[in-house]
Amino acid sequence: MTTLAANFRDRTAVAAWTREHGVYVALVLLIVYNAIATPNFVTVDTVQLLFSQVPPVIIVALGIGTGGVDLSVGSIMAIASAVLAKFVVGGTPIGVAMLAAVAAGLLVGVFNGLVVAFARVQPIVATLGVLVAGRGIALVITGGALVELFVPFFKTIRLGKFIGVPYVMIVAALLAVAVAFLVRRTAFGYRLLAIGGNRRASVLAGLPVRRTLIVVYAISGTLAAVAGVIATARLRASDPSYIGLLMELSAITAVVVGGTSLNGGRVRILGTVTGAILLQLLESTLVSHNAPDSVARMVEAVIIIAAVYVQRPARSSR
Amino acid sequence: MTAPATKQQKPVAVAADHGGREAARARARALTSLISRNGAVAVLILVVVLGALIVPSFGKPDNLRNVALAASFIGIIAAGMTFVIICGGIDLSVGSTYALATIISAMYAPRGSFIAVLYAMLAAGLVGLVQGLIIARWRLPAFIVTLAGLTGVRGLVYYITNEGNDHPKIEGRLAFEALGTGSLATIGTPVWIMLLVFAIGWWALNRTPFGQSVQAVGGNQDAAELMGLPVKRTQTIVYVVSGLCAGLSGILTTALSGGGQEARIGDAYELSAIAAVVIGGTLLSGGVGSMVGTLAGVLLLFVIQNLIVQGANLNSYVQQVVSGGFLLVVVILQAVLSRRTGTSET
Repeated sequence: MTTLAANFRDRTAVAAWTREHGVYVALVLLIVYNAIATPNFVTVDTVQLLFSQVPPVIIVALGIGTGGVDLSVGSIMAIASAVLAKFVVGGTPIGVAMLAAVAAGLLVGVFNGLVVAFARVQPIVATLGVLVAGRGIALVITGGALVELFVPFFKTIRLGKFIGVPYVMIVAALLAVAVAFLVRRTAFGYRLLAIGGNRRASVLAGLPVRRTLIVVYAISGTLAAVAGVIATARLRASDPSYIGLLMELSAITAVVVGGTSLNGGRVRILGTVTGAILLQLLESTLVSHNAPDSVARMVEAVIIIAAVYVQRPARSSR
Repeated sequence: MTAPATKQQKPVAVAADHGGREAARARARALTSLISRNGAVAVLILVVVLGALIVPSFGKPDNLRNVALAASFIGIIAAGMTFVIICGGIDLSVGSTYALATIISAMYAPRGSFIAVLYAMLAAGLVGLVQGLIIARWRLPAFIVTLAGLTGVRGLVYYITNEGNDHPKIEGRLAFEALGTGSLATIGTPVWIMLLVFAIGWWALNRTPFGQSVQAVGGNQDAAELMGLPVKRTQTIVYVVSGLCAGLSGILTTALSGGGQEARIGDAYELSAIAAVVIGGTLLSGGVGSMVGTLAGVLLLFVIQNLIVQGANLNSYVQQVVSGGFLLVVVILQAVLSRRTGTSET
C-alpha cells in the first residue's frame, strides 16, 4: 500500500519535474547526442556559430514570451530593416539610423497595443492585420527592392566577439536579463502576469490594464526591431520581402517549447532562451547529418507537440 | 462573454418577458448581432456597387467571374475554418494541407481521377483527424497543435516532392479536371462548388445537432460538457471538416491548373482564411459566427484586391498595405460596435 502510494507520488513528481525542466533536459540530450554522433561538434567554432545565429530568435521570442501571440514581429523586423536602409542611404550616421529603426518598431508596437487595449480587438487578429500591412509598408519604404548596405559597423555586429562570445549573443543575454528583471522584480511585471492570468479580474482589481497592454506590445515591437537590425547587419542588406519572414512562427515555437503559456499568466525567460537555442541546435544537427529540410520541418512539428504535451496541466480540466 | 443572447434565433422574443428595459437591451443586442452577422454582406454590396460605378473595368461580367473564381479556393478553406473558429479553435495548418492535396492529386493522377481525388481527400482528412484528436483528447492548445501541423505538413509536402524539385503534372485529359475547368451558366465550377460547400455548411451549422454542439462547445466548453454534449467528438470533427475543405480546395487547384504546382503553394492561405472568417463577423473567442458572413468576407477580400488592381493600378506591396489596413479597420469597427451594445466582454 505505502509503496504504491509512494510510487504514485514519485510518478506525479517526475511528471511535474519534467513539466518544469523538459526543455533543459531536451537541450542536454541533444548536446550529448551531438558530442557522440556529430564529428567536430565539441569545438569553440560550433558554439560561436550557434551563438551568432540564434540571437534574433531569442530577442523576438523574449517579446512574445511576455506579451502573448504577436504575429506582427516578422513584419516589424522588415520595417526596422527598411527604415535602417532608408537612413543609411540618406547619409545618417549608423548609430542614429539604428535608433530610428528601433523607434519604428516601438511605434508599430504601440499601435498594436492601442488596437488591443482600446478597440479590444483580439491580439491574434490585430497583429494579423499588421503582419499583412507591415511587410507592405516595409516594401514601400525601400521601393520594393533589396538595398545593399556597406556599413563598417555591420561587420562588428556580424563578427565582433568579447572573450569569444559574439556581441549579438551578449546583447541577447542582456535583453533577456532586462526582461527577466522587468517581469520578476517590478510592479509592471506583476500586473503583466495578473492580466495574462485573468484580464477581467485585473480590470475589476483596478489595475491599469490598458497601459500595461500598450507597454507590452511596445516592448515586443522594440525587441523585434532590434532583431531586424541584427538580421540586416548579417545580411549586409535590407531585403524587406525576406527579413523576418516566418519569424513569428519560430519565435512562438521557441516560447512554447520553453514552457511559457501562450494563454498568459506564466512567463519563463530562461526557458524561452533555452527553447530558441534548442531549436537552432536541432536545425544545425539535422543539417550536419544531411537530413533534408523537409525532414527537419517534420521533426520540428513533433518537438512542438511533445513540448506542449509534457507541459500540459496536471489536472486536465481545461 | 454573453454569447447565449446572440446565439438564439429570436433573442428579442426570449427577453421580452423580463420587462421593457431588458427587452430594449435585448433588441440592442439583436441589432448588433445583426450588424456583426450581416455587416460583411452590407459592406460587400456597397463596395461592389460603388466599385462598379467608379471603376468601369471592375463591373464587367468577365472581371466579376474571375474575382469569384479566384475567391473560391480560399472560400472553400474559409468555410471549414468557420466551423473550427465557432467551435473555439483555430486551424493554422490549412495552407499546408491545401498544398498536400494539390500535390497528391496531381501525383496520383496517372492512376485515374477517382484514386487521385480519393487519396488527396484521405490525406487531408487524416491531417485534420490527427490534429483534432490531439486537441480534443490531450487538450492541447489548438494554436500550437495546428502551428506544428503547418510546419510538419509543409515538411511532408517537400518530402514527397523531392525537396520541392518535383512538380507533378497531369498528363493528358482526366475526368476530374472538369471540376476546375468546367463551367455552368458561364460561371466556373469551382465557384459553384464553393457555393455548394457554403450551403451545406450553413445547413450543418444551423439545422443539425452537430451544428448546435459546435456552437455550444465554442460558447462554453464546460457548460457543453455538463449538458452531456459530445465535446471531444465535436472538437475532433471540426478539424476533419477543415482538413477536408482544404483538401477539396487543393484538388480543385490541380483540376484547374493541370498540376505542376510548386511545393510552397498555399503559403499563408491560413491567414487569408482566418481574415475572411473574422471579417465575416465570426468571433475568434468562439460560440458565435455565420457561414453567410464568411462567404461575404472572402468575396470582400478579393473584391477589394481586384478594385485596387483595376482602379488604382498600385503595385503589389501597396496592395498588401491596403488589405492589411482594411482588415484592421473592419475588426476595430466590429470590436467597437459590439462593445457599445454590450455583446462582448473583455
